Amino acid sequence: MADSSKPKLQVSAIRNGTVIDHVPAKHLFKVIAILGLDKITTQITFGTNLESKKLGHKAIIKLSEVFFKDEDINKIALIAPHAKLNIIKNFKVTEKSEVQVPEKIKGIAKCGNPNCITNNDHVNTAFYVLPKDKEKVALKCHYCEKITDPEDMEVF
Amino acid sequence: MKDKSLISIDDYSKADIINTLDRAEDFERNPHQPLLEGKVIASLFFEPSTRTRLSFESAISRLGGKVIGFASKDSSSVQKGESLKDTIKTVNNYCDLIIMRHPLEGSARYASEVADVPVINAGDGANQHPTQTLLDLYSIRQTQGKLDDLNLFLVGDLKYGRTVHSLLMAMSNFNTTYHFVSPPELRVPEEYKMFLKEKKLKFHEHTDFTDIISDADIIYMTRIQRERFSDPMEYEKTKNSYVLRNSMLEGTKDNLRILHPLPRVNEIHDDVDENKKAYYFPQALNGVYTRMAIMSSILGL
Ligand SMILES: [Zn+2]
Repeated sequence: MADSSKPKLQVSAIRNGTVIDHVPAKHLFKVIAILGLDKITTQITFGTNLESKKLGHKAIIKLSEVFFKDEDINKIALIAPHAKLNIIKNFKVTEKSEVQVPEKIKGIAKCGNPNCITNNDHVNTAFYVLPKDKEKVALKCHYCEKITDPEDMEVF
Repeated sequence: MKDKSLISIDDYSKADIINTLDRAEDFERNPHQPLLEGKVIASLFFEPSTRTRLSFESAISRLGGKVIGFASKDSSSVQKGESLKDTIKTVNNYCDLIIMRHPLEGSARYASEVADVPVINAGDGANQHPTQTLLDLYSIRQTQGKLDDLNLFLVGDLKYGRTVHSLLMAMSNFNTTYHFVSPPELRVPEEYKMFLKEKKLKFHEHTDFTDIISDADIIYMTRIQRERFSDPMEYEKTKNSYVLRNSMLEGTKDNLRILHPLPRVNEIHDDVDENKKAYYFPQALNGVYTRMAIMSSILGL
């Protein structure tokens, strides 16, 4: 039975830090890898498979005492283009923003082409981010010029 | 174009392309210009390609330059596991320009980033072979008197053929109408069709290679390779459906010329060779003039 009074699932609040909302649930672990959250020592809480009208299932990440530079957080736009950021200071949201798709990304993902120089020699990867359609982007390898779909990309 | 590497045909603007073709035309009229005297050119072929290597070396010799390098991986230190960076960093001490052929895609772009001298890509895996594209453009302009408003037929393997993709991109500067003739499994990839749609250029796709060529100005034939097919019978059947025969050229336009990057297997029947519309052998000679033009422009001579 639908019950509008049912309390929403709450992930515990943080005093200072960043909340990343509207991450597609299926890409949560990629987002963790891209942002290097596995190396962070402050408190992090994750919620995943939460219901979302827009995404079906979404994930939310709350990071205590962590603030990102734009160039770092924008890397997740490849797989989480609708992600929203809330900056929390003293339990209050002081700033809201959305991720922006970068023009070029360096060194976070593998090129999907096995015959690419970056998969065969010590060469860091670099991609141009091209708009594919309204919702999606494609990654064009700076070296081999082949297209990698962010959905299939392997994160280092 | 001075000091600028040539890695992908996209590195050259429409003006750069036209400058290069004009320069090549000058070398065709007057091939004896010792502009490269005192220059050393490194020719690094990490995989063999006799045709391309000889064309470059001929162009260097005609310009009075000296060649150093190797013709295959076996005769180089790469065999001993040296990284590409180390090979390039060493070789660029000995030369003014590097010409490089390599089996891995993106290798030439990377080499141009680590080298202190300009690099010319003579083929990086299935990716780019820009000097081939420029000589194709030269042959088209030479035989048609222009590059604009032509009907270009591309026939054969349009999926994996890198020469086809680069030519398609380069010709998009000149209001070309494209006709793609290929088996369904070897069609032009979607990304190129999207690109043409964006540029509002007309293209038509065909699977039958028959009398559709009556309004063609250029027919660019390519090889269909066995390794693209998992079923050998399917390959035999397909390869024989995309063969150009002399009888098919009846009723085609006078200005039509047939091009092919060579080597051919059986996709152009021998009986076409005697037809004045066959242009694939002069096309190969144009490679020498075009490469003379590219090298002297890059060296600022
Ligand atoms: Zn690549």
